[in-house]
Amino acid sequence: MTNHVIRIDNLAFRYPDADNVCLDIRELHAEAGDRIFIYGPSGSGKSTLLGLLGGVLTPERGTISLLGHELTTMTPSARDRLRADHIGFVFQQFNLIPYLSVTDNVLLSCRFSARRHSCAVASGTTLHDEATRLLDHLDIASELRHRPVTQLSVGQQQRVAAARALIGRPEIVIADEPTSALDAERQIAFLELLSRECIAANATLLFVSHDRRLASGFNREIALPSLNRAQIAQEVA
Amino acid sequence: MKYLLSLAVRSAWNRKLTLGLTLMSVALSVALLIGVERVRQDAQDSFAQSVSGTDLVVGARTSPVQLMLYAVFHIGDATNNIHWQTCKDIAANPLVAWTIPVSMGDSHHGFPVVGTTTDYFAHFHYGEAEPLTFRGGKPFAGLFDAVIGAEVADHLGYRIGDKITLSHGTGDIGLTEHADKPFTVTGILARSGTPVDRAVHVSLEAIEAIHLDWQGGAKIPGFSIPAEYASKFDLTPKEVTAILVGLKNRASVFKMQRAVNEYPAEPLLAVLPGVALDQLWQVVGVAERALLAVSGMVVVVGLCGLIAVILASLNERRRELAILRSVGARPMDIFLLLSAEGLFITLSGTLIGMALLTALTATFAPIIQSHYGLMIAPRFISPDEFGLLGIVVGVSLLASLAPGYGAYKLSLADGLTPRI
Repeated sequence: MTNHVIRIDNLAFRYPDADNVCLDIRELHAEAGDRIFIYGPSGSGKSTLLGLLGGVLTPERGTISLLGHELTTMTPSARDRLRADHIGFVFQQFNLIPYLSVTDNVLLSCRFSARRHSCAVASGTTLHDEATRLLDHLDIASELRHRPVTQLSVGQQQRVAAARALIGRPEIVIADEPTSALDAERQIAFLELLSRECIAANATLLFVSHDRRLASGFNREIALPSLNRAQIAQEVA
Repeated sequence: MKYLLSLAVRSAWNRKLTLGLTLMSVALSVALLIGVERVRQDAQDSFAQSVSGTDLVVGARTSPVQLMLYAVFHIGDATNNIHWQTCKDIAANPLVAWTIPVSMGDSHHGFPVVGTTTDYFAHFHYGEAEPLTFRGGKPFAGLFDAVIGAEVADHLGYRIGDKITLSHGTGDIGLTEHADKPFTVTGILARSGTPVDRAVHVSLEAIEAIHLDWQGGAKIPGFSIPAEYASKFDLTPKEVTAILVGLKNRASVFKMQRAVNEYPAEPLLAVLPGVALDQLWQVVGVAERALLAVSGMVVVVGLCGLIAVILASLNERRRELAILRSVGARPMDIFLLLSAEGLFITLSGTLIGMALLTALTATFAPIIQSHYGLMIAPRFISPDEFGLLGIVVGVSLLASLAPGYGAYKLSLADGLTPRI
């Protein structure tokens, strides 16, 4: 029971000035090492779900617990801490801070989380070496690391973002349409890299996309429209 | 916290062109503010030091400010003169070390003519007890000799040996000339930044001489005494306008002031120059306070520009803020990040502004000194200026909270996925 990495029960969320409930999920559980593909076309409540999991939104009712921590009973700043310590995010695009170097972008996660900082150097390496190791794994050639991140291709930027999400071994990696700006060939390659690194780190991967073709290679697939009862209720009405 | 500051600096550096321009506007407005404050301070100082070493200024009974205006600044006219006998009595008082009688009422191309004695060049001091010095020539000796101030010489292009004629009355037009009795320039004083620069100095006897054939303020028709015969007459002055008095001991100044004010033969007024100058500055000071207010407003405009630029950048930075949120930055961190930017720019703008001002002062002080007689000393920041700079930084701190708060609200609303 308690070894669920993600546990959502009876969750409902409504935006402050909205009439209707936007997200209504009866149950969503994930265990360590799960790689879950969440299929969600636009408007199905993807961003809301990410906001709830990240602890920047609070549900109207129900519970969300991450690694046994019940988000709804935590203070906003404790949720920020939990997110920093245990979740790595990869977004659709523009994932990098333009004024930081490639390495500094990767290390950003460790700057806001002492836990991830100590995990990154746990195997006796330096922060820098750990960033280099991840970038090597993600096929970022060493000569790219000194360039301004704005000069990297979209695919390279996404791989740097993946390195930032993975550094310091967070238990959960959430990827929000990370491949939508890539061409088909590179989408597959990026997915394989990301999956491989998540398996290596034993991280639970939550991969959200509107593109069903990417679902192969995940060990679970969930369609958000069928998960989200609010959506179904609206469609019936 | 330290990392947030380094992020703020690097983010600012990334937008260095826009922020650089804003920084310059803050720097210039700070330089202007402190520059105006310094000129103001120096103007007040040099005003307060128009006369120094003089313990009392004595004239016919009037208001202290008016006495100072005509006796020291040569502005306006005296309502009454004082008798020569009074002058001699005061000079004979045992408390008195020296007296400088001055007689006014004539002018030369708008510059006041001061009838006095050679004691003037010996005892008149200004600034931090600096004596008058000659740029060229020497004090008047002959009856029709004149010593002119630096401003008079520069403005009218006079050199030693030039002949000048005085006009009866003050002003520049419609005056009767003392054309029959021309004066010779025998000395030009070095610039002092005081009203002395604008004066033409002649002897008291010369004032008598040019008015020999005058009565009641007008030339007696059909009657004229040629210059060469003037010295045959008794040229002892009958009246003077005011007396500058130096005492043997400054401590006796109030005693002497009382003695003068209670002088039985005619109603007199003795004022302490420092006190009267302060009163006078209250009147003149309004203009310079207005100037300071205007430059204060320039700083406000500069800060508004700064805040506007930071607020405008907020929208482009939503993505950046969402990334920071996703790696664990708290809304409070976002608030600090944005607030630090405004404060950082004001602080560096203030430093650059002060450096700019110091450089400008060092470069232009000699030119200002020689053209306007205003001494602007390069110096360290005074406590008053620290106060002003403190206000600037304080206001900018408050103003910087606006973009900080904007970013805070934005990052709360956006969460991890900004709607762009």
